[in-house]
Amino acid sequence: MTDRAESLPAQRREGAVPRRLDKRLDRGRLAAAIAPYLQVAPLTLTFAIFLLIPIATIIVVSFWDYDSIRVIPDFMMLNYEELLTSSVTWQIYLNTLKYAVLTWALTLGIGFTVAYFVAFHVRSLTWQITLFMICTIPFWTSNIIRMISWIPFLGRNGLLNSTLLAMGVIDQPLEFLLFSDFSVVLAFVHLYVLFMVVPIFNSMMRIDRALVEAAVDAGATGWQVLTNVIIPLSKPGIAIGSIFVVTLVMGDFITVRLMSGGQSASVGLMMANQISLLQYPAAAANAVVLLFVVLMMVALMLRIVDIRKEL
Amino acid sequence: MAGPADIELAAVTKMYGPVTAVDAIDLRIPAGTYCCLLGPSGCGKTSTLRMIAGHESVSDGDILLGNTHINDLPPARRGTAMMFQSYALFPHLTCVDNVAFSLKLKGVAKPERRAKAMELLNLVQMDKYAERLPAQLSGGQQQRVALARALITNPSALLLDEPLSALDPFLRVKMREELKRLQRELGISFIHVTHGQEEALALADLVVVMNNGKIAQAGTPREVFNQPRDAFVARFIGGHNVLAPRDGTGGRQVAVRTDRIRILPDGSSGGTNTFTGTVRLVEYQGPMVHLRLSAPGVEEFAITITEHAFFAAPHDVGDTVTATWAAEDMHPLAA
Repeated sequence: MTDRAESLPAQRREGAVPRRLDKRLDRGRLAAAIAPYLQVAPLTLTFAIFLLIPIATIIVVSFWDYDSIRVIPDFMMLNYEELLTSSVTWQIYLNTLKYAVLTWALTLGIGFTVAYFVAFHVRSLTWQITLFMICTIPFWTSNIIRMISWIPFLGRNGLLNSTLLAMGVIDQPLEFLLFSDFSVVLAFVHLYVLFMVVPIFNSMMRIDRALVEAAVDAGATGWQVLTNVIIPLSKPGIAIGSIFVVTLVMGDFITVRLMSGGQSASVGLMMANQISLLQYPAAAANAVVLLFVVLMMVALMLRIVDIRKEL
Repeated sequence: MAGPADIELAAVTKMYGPVTAVDAIDLRIPAGTYCCLLGPSGCGKTSTLRMIAGHESVSDGDILLGNTHINDLPPARRGTAMMFQSYALFPHLTCVDNVAFSLKLKGVAKPERRAKAMELLNLVQMDKYAERLPAQLSGGQQQRVALARALITNPSALLLDEPLSALDPFLRVKMREELKRLQRELGISFIHVTHGQEEALALADLVVVMNNGKIAQAGTPREVFNQPRDAFVARFIGGHNVLAPRDGTGGRQVAVRTDRIRILPDGSSGGTNTFTGTVRLVEYQGPMVHLRLSAPGVEEFAITITEHAFFAAPHDVGDTVTATWAAEDMHPLAA
């Protein structure tokens, strides 16, 4: 600065233009320097407000203390100790994992079959779009309504039981249909199967049809085409669908509450209960552990499949 | 299936609904022939190839390979192998696994099938790239791998669907030589679909020109070029002027090769076989110079003369010139 102040008279003598030009150049250089930061700012802010700050808050609160009416800022490990040393926690985590694995296996089986059918056996684009629209019909109503509508169907005196009784197939109502693991997994599959269909379908539509012909030309049977060409090339879609389904099921509480009739628990339900008892720090600690578990599962899936090809 | 074998098509027809793509064609391709199916797009050449390969059902007629009737056999049991236009390499497999694919399906043990695949990669000079994925190869390299993959089944005939169309011109000429060399070495038939007449003339022992689902002409490149059967063949194969019927041609159109035409010196008059027109285009092509004339009622008349002859008496666009040719260079065409 002092340098410039000293040279000012000299510049004025030579005329004002060079100085103004100099300033403009400076401003241009400054703009060029901050432009990239401005460009990334919107996304950074969005992530910060909707992802980083909430997670940071949860992590901070998970170390706080609480009593029956308030939370007390603190730094203690007690919430985690209580959580991880309780056998109830482990049972609930295992139960949630069981739901996740069952739902994953079933949605994968159904989703792959549906996607395969629509992608490879439906020839016209019009029909592909039509069938896809049909798949999305359940999504025209809310989750809760879709779940509740199972109840009159599966109940002890529900449609299914009364039909089977009237047909003489059974002589006692089937008890396992509702408020059981069966109904929970059924609802999960119903809710989330489309999350599996869409990415797998997307992967399959990218498979060059000439590859199938080339495999047949090399002597592949239908089954060999499936196992040697279609499944390997659908892997990224399978991975994305699996991530959707697993993370959704791991975090769910309302499906388990409604469809098990309160007889089963999941991690999400456990957190919901803690929150309703105003035990926010305990729920936060639970959330951090769940986040860790789910991230580990996602990391495992990404290790098995290179998802980058798809993105 | 081992060893070369003749391929015979008898009244082979392909219908797509009411549309006839291939119309009762008869063709005999002797064992060990390099055969080019040549024609504009939509002429039925690819449908014909795909029917021979077994990727398209035959609506009517018979296809024989050697003494076997192969109409209803699945592709892999026909003794043919196909090389696809886009090469269709499996993107998730390395080169060597791509080549070994058909052996894997047959349950050949891994070391054995990889050894055999390496042998074929060697044949197409791709052994150095054995462990690469197709995405890491150039177009020409992918094509070599595709070739190796097709040949590993020991086919009696290799079917190639526009194999050179995705390559740049330099590579195309290089791969052309390579294909011809391989075909000679292996002694099997290659059936090669193309829309490039230059490619067909350079490669083929048997050129089959197709038009509207029918064979317009089948013969050696020299026959097809020197004695085009009709105006379509003469125009498609190039290097010809198709002229209206004249005296002594029995009312038939005639074809005259553009390189058999001379330009008369100014002021001199030729005989009966002359054409006078205005120069519309002069194209320098190195050894030859290409001129296009037009006259009222005739849109196009092409002349190809040597560079030497052209520059001895150069002409410019807009000049009026008279061209002449010998009577024996007129080739009458079928109606």
